[in-house]
Amino acid sequence: MESKLLAAKSEPLWNTNNKVISIICGLVILLFSLPLFGLNSFYLHLFIMIFMHAVMAQSWNVIAGFSGQISLGHGAFFGIGAYATSFFYMQYGITPWISIFFGMFISAVFAVLIGIPMLRLSGHYFAIATLLIGISFQVVFQRWDLVGAASGLWVTMTPEDSWLALQFHSSKAPYYYIFLIFFIITFFVVWLLSRSKLGYRLRAVRDDPQAALSLCINVSNYKIIAYVISAMIMAPMGSLFAQYILIIDPDRVFNIEISIIVLLITVLGGIGNVWGPIIGASILIPISEYSRIYLGGTGGAVDLILYGLILMIICIFRPNGLISFIPKHILERKKQK
Amino acid sequence: MTSEIILQAIVTGLMMGLIYALIAAGLSLIFGLMEIVNFAHGEHLMLSMFSSFWLWSLFGLDPLFSIPITILFLAFCGILTHYFLIRYILKAKMLIQICATFGLSIFIRSIAQLLWTPDFRNVDKPLLEGRIEVGSVFIGQPQLYASFVCLLAFIGLYLFVTKTETGLALQATAQDRHAAEVLGIPSNKMFAIGWAIGLGCVGVAGGMMANYFFIFTDVGINFALFAFVAVALGGFGSIIGCLYAGIIIGLVESLGGLLIDPSFKLLYVFVIYLLVVIYKPQGLFGRY
Amino acid sequence: MNILSVENLSRSFGGIKANDNISFDVDQGSILGIIGPNGAGKSTLFDLITGYTKADSGKVKFFEKKIFGLSPDKISNLGVGRTFQKLKPFADQTLLENVMIGAFVNEKNIKKARDKALEIIDFVDLIEKRHHFAKELSTGQRKRLEMARAMAIEPKLLLMDEVTGGVDQKTIPGLVELIKKLKKTGVTIITIEHNINIIMEISDNVLALDQGKSVAFGSPKEIQKNKQVIDSYLGTFDAA
Repeated sequence: MESKLLAAKSEPLWNTNNKVISIICGLVILLFSLPLFGLNSFYLHLFIMIFMHAVMAQSWNVIAGFSGQISLGHGAFFGIGAYATSFFYMQYGITPWISIFFGMFISAVFAVLIGIPMLRLSGHYFAIATLLIGISFQVVFQRWDLVGAASGLWVTMTPEDSWLALQFHSSKAPYYYIFLIFFIITFFVVWLLSRSKLGYRLRAVRDDPQAALSLCINVSNYKIIAYVISAMIMAPMGSLFAQYILIIDPDRVFNIEISIIVLLITVLGGIGNVWGPIIGASILIPISEYSRIYLGGTGGAVDLILYGLILMIICIFRPNGLISFIPKHILERKKQK
Repeated sequence: MTSEIILQAIVTGLMMGLIYALIAAGLSLIFGLMEIVNFAHGEHLMLSMFSSFWLWSLFGLDPLFSIPITILFLAFCGILTHYFLIRYILKAKMLIQICATFGLSIFIRSIAQLLWTPDFRNVDKPLLEGRIEVGSVFIGQPQLYASFVCLLAFIGLYLFVTKTETGLALQATAQDRHAAEVLGIPSNKMFAIGWAIGLGCVGVAGGMMANYFFIFTDVGINFALFAFVAVALGGFGSIIGCLYAGIIIGLVESLGGLLIDPSFKLLYVFVIYLLVVIYKPQGLFGRY
Repeated sequence: MNILSVENLSRSFGGIKANDNISFDVDQGSILGIIGPNGAGKSTLFDLITGYTKADSGKVKFFEKKIFGLSPDKISNLGVGRTFQKLKPFADQTLLENVMIGAFVNEKNIKKARDKALEIIDFVDLIEKRHHFAKELSTGQRKRLEMARAMAIEPKLLLMDEVTGGVDQKTIPGLVELIKKLKKTGVTIITIEHNINIIMEISDNVLALDQGKSVAFGSPKEIQKNKQVIDSYLGTFDAA
């Protein structure tokens, strides 16, 4: 008996697989060196979109996958981030590097304001409320003259590339690196989160809130914490996206499609798993970008038809996402009989 | 602002509210039965309006006469939805259930956009036209008939669920599907019937609204949102609660639009939703 | 010393009195067994004590501190652990993770929390199953999981709802032994049991409930002589 306990205690805390680690390291180095091979701007754009959407999906994964609350209006935080940098830059000349944090802060405040009343309640109420919130933001920004109402904000262009103004006109490579670095930081942070005490407790809240209460976990507080973290991951992507395209309007950055795609990527890749959003984004974004090229103007609708179809098929056949195709012995510990 | 205008807004709100109530009742019936929120409800409504429109535009059938066809079409859609999607996710987690019906909504809406473009359409010169004047209040004929038919359908639905054998079997399945199965009520069949009836309600509402509403692929979104709110206000699964909740929403929408600003209608309804779910999370009227 | 004292606790659901004016005390380090037929209000009593259901009236004191009206997480934080009649494991997580979530209450360091969880899992004799997902365990093992998880918060009082309910006959003696072993660690236990023989074997005191009312309270011997209890339990005695 005693020896079994000792053996169990001497096990490493985490299931570390050297092969997986070296593959990841290799991939990171490859990603950093890709632009050096003279990738054309379409491929740079494709990778930028993959990084951006993976982070956005990761944000959704934190609230939905970790704490089990479904937000159908996560685009709101993306829009807040986008408007924050553009607005403060155009009105006060504040560099986007600082106003990224404004966007995060404003998003966090909204997450608290929405979360306190709504997260006390069960899942459907929250899902419906977030759907309403997503659309409300779009409606309000369409009519808010200070931020350009329906025509949005056209960010003042700098004559040349500028790190201070976070604008690059001659090449997409700087954007590539900025998005890549945010992507790596976000994934590292969420990976740490998933292994922390907070991560454990959030999963408890997701799996059984009643049981979590009996273990001293204040369920509604933990849901709000998850929602705030999620909002703060989403907002910087909005900010960077605004700097990337330099024209933002409510129909673009508060579009319900944003809320749809983050959900789709996460569910496709594997909800509740740190790697799910990466897998989902790496598959879905190329499909979407290529369908846009080959199908031209109608591409938008075909995109969405595919999204809807994929979402239903995944829900029916692979509710745990594509990550469930990875053999169990890599993901899980060996079980004794 | 005169009292006539306010009275006008109240009448408009009431008529709209009855339509919301019927749409919400369909949603609530489905939820009560299997605890699944149909996030594609608005798209089903859109389908019913297009069904009415195409029957008129291709065969010259007035929306008033095509209503039975539209109802049958929607009931058929309901059975298809159950057969191809819902029955696979009955035991899935709520998260997957929400994602699945959400996926269905995206799917239907974008197929409609591909087939019919996002253009606005309307039925020209339907049988129900014009308006009548009662005192100082103008009432559109199609609106009046639409709300009247919706009210009738609502009463029919209520009587069906509470009085008929099939209705009672539905309630039994809603309360405890395993116990109901022991009593010989096949839950899978009940679910299919629930979907057929739930979307049949949408068929009635959409068919009647085709008389006077613009028909376009995004038309369902707002109706679905209001229906979600109505179901939450009325108490998830309660049918009679939807009637009151629908009327409240109709009134809030039209009075808010009149007194403050019509472009923020959604926000007023949202505020009501927040207040109710915070202070009365069981809904205003409880279940059944 | 009384670890828990319950005074005149009442709660009704739509006219039906689930708990009607119930009072009792629990001595520190003892086992209180609660018996009663289905619908007697046993689980409701647990929900009232642990804050899952709000009482209509009454007082609950834990170590002379009023806990009546506190939320369940605050009550558990004071040192009241519980298991559930309808089991509530964190199904998508391993046994070890389930218990670690409890261990995190008093232990911030992950490694220490893990080691503590392992010790408790060893205590309930499931060490070999530590990396199994909760959904892969048998009912008896999941009962042990819930006990281990509740023990991980280091409770002073542990409420166990039907530990031996719904498991097969072979598993019962092991679970009974576990309760006895648990008592030796010094924790006070309140346990709901259907099986009257087990209650008589392990309890220091027994509370008998019927239709929401407390019909008898006393040592197992006194209870066995109590006429009202015999009336409602005669059948069970024979069967067992």
